[in-house]
Amino acid sequence: MTLRPDLAAIAAHVTPGSRVLDIGCGDGALMAALESASGCDARGMELDGELVERCVSRGLSVVQGDANLDLANYPDKAFDYAILSQTLQTATRPDLMMDELLRVGRRAFVSFPNFAHWRTRAALMLGGRMPVTRALPVSWYETENIHHVTVEDFRDLARLKGAKIERAWYFSNEKQIGAPAANWRAEFAVFELSR
Amino acid sequence: MNIAPVARTYTIPQPLPLDSGQVLEGAQIAYETYGTLAADKSNAVLVCHALTGDQYLASPHPITGKPGWWERMVGPGKPIDTDRHFVICANVIGSCMGSTGPASLAPDGRPYAMRFPVITIRDMVRGLVAMLDGLGIAQLHAVVGGSMGGMQALSLAANWPERAARVLVIASTARHSAQNIAFHEVGRQAIMADPAWAAGDYYAADARPDNGLAVARMAAHITYLSEAGLTEKFGRRLQDREAKGFGFDAEFQVESYLRYQGSGFTRRFDANSYLYITRAMDYLDIAEEHGGKLANAFAGTQARFCIVSFDTDWLYPTTESRHVVHALNAAGAKVSFVELSAPHGHDSFLLEHDQLDRVVKGFVE
Repeated sequence: MTLRPDLAAIAAHVTPGSRVLDIGCGDGALMAALESASGCDARGMELDGELVERCVSRGLSVVQGDANLDLANYPDKAFDYAILSQTLQTATRPDLMMDELLRVGRRAFVSFPNFAHWRTRAALMLGGRMPVTRALPVSWYETENIHHVTVEDFRDLARLKGAKIERAWYFSNEKQIGAPAANWRAEFAVFELSR
Repeated sequence: MNIAPVARTYTIPQPLPLDSGQVLEGAQIAYETYGTLAADKSNAVLVCHALTGDQYLASPHPITGKPGWWERMVGPGKPIDTDRHFVICANVIGSCMGSTGPASLAPDGRPYAMRFPVITIRDMVRGLVAMLDGLGIAQLHAVVGGSMGGMQALSLAANWPERAARVLVIASTARHSAQNIAFHEVGRQAIMADPAWAAGDYYAADARPDNGLAVARMAAHITYLSEAGLTEKFGRRLQDREAKGFGFDAEFQVESYLRYQGSGFTRRFDANSYLYITRAMDYLDIAEEHGGKLANAFAGTQARFCIVSFDTDWLYPTTESRHVVHALNAAGAKVSFVELSAPHGHDSFLLEHDQLDRVVKGFVE
């Protein structure tokens, strides 16, 4: 099974044998890859009960829960990595979720769709409407993405939270691209943070 | 492969110490097994039964003749697969289907009745652990239980953490709430208010406290169902009549159903056992046993946990399962949790539910 590019980047850079919490783990694709290929002890959190059931039936340890509330129950630095893939922009308070992420994990991976990608900018500037793009395919009134974020916004938030950006990866059209002008060119970004 | 169940009774060779400080001498545990124990004894799955359950997990009940209470879950090729696992289900102490309880004979040759010591969930599990010792099973592949069975599974994990590699807890709780205790007290008082109860000393008498026990069962049965489930099944429909009779017969279908449940129950259950087991459940507070913090109960556990709740279960609601999950997270345990959707309330764990089947299969495998 091929992983989504942002998940593949994360999977490739998690130290084998780590304890990992995947927040918003979906159907558990990343967790399964981390457990089978990297020998990690992976735990997941997912809001959607049907996805949780699929994870549990494939033998993964996943808790049905709301990352906005339930991260509080994990002890400090309980994990080597806390992973938040494509979930930050859905959080009630992304800034508080960043705090929790950096509290429960020694390091964190965060991936998100970049709202400053040129397609998004063009849709808004030329079309005058909230963008519906390849990366953000859902209309404004039904999208789960309630806090859109750009690469630059995220760098600012990391700075504000005293988090160090260890590494970053950028993707467009499912392929990794270089860092230059990433805030224009990246549809998705992945950051590795420490604090 | 269809493996016939094996029924056995294990006599605990040493006195069984109880949380009350008393001991139970010569306690017996009646159990059924399904499947074959591997040579290295690594494939044993212990299924713990609920309040009024018994060891007839996947084999017909000797009194009612009905199929085993979890036959849809346990058997060859089923989610708990007896082709792969050696499945054990034992009657808890305090009960009345062959394990030592208030109806059993005390050393003086007369039934214990109310002389039977008050037991706890942990005492029941202590009995089960003694039985596992007798079977030479050092570690279970999994311990599984719904409702009171889930309480036993949690108690085993908290007090004998090395005895189970996997712990599956369905529609259960780590503590009995005021509401849980209140409903049980209604049941106990119904039994004790029956003149035939005779302070528990009815075993030699002509009459048994069947009326009281039936009322206890009726009250409890309501807590196992959801309001929507009752409405769907019975609504306000009348039983065998066209119009209200302006009397106190079972005019509504729901009344008739409850009376049937109540009287059927008295054929297979001992009233004193009902008192003792409900009391044991009321005493359950696993956090209290571990310094007031539930996470302490599971500190350092290596077991994998799976906690399942049902959205319409108001007896042991999802909040109680979440409470357990949070404690397990705090303890760093490997835990899964899912709230399943089902219309039938607490009893959903016994009923047809494809998602539950997949979760159980995936976790126990």
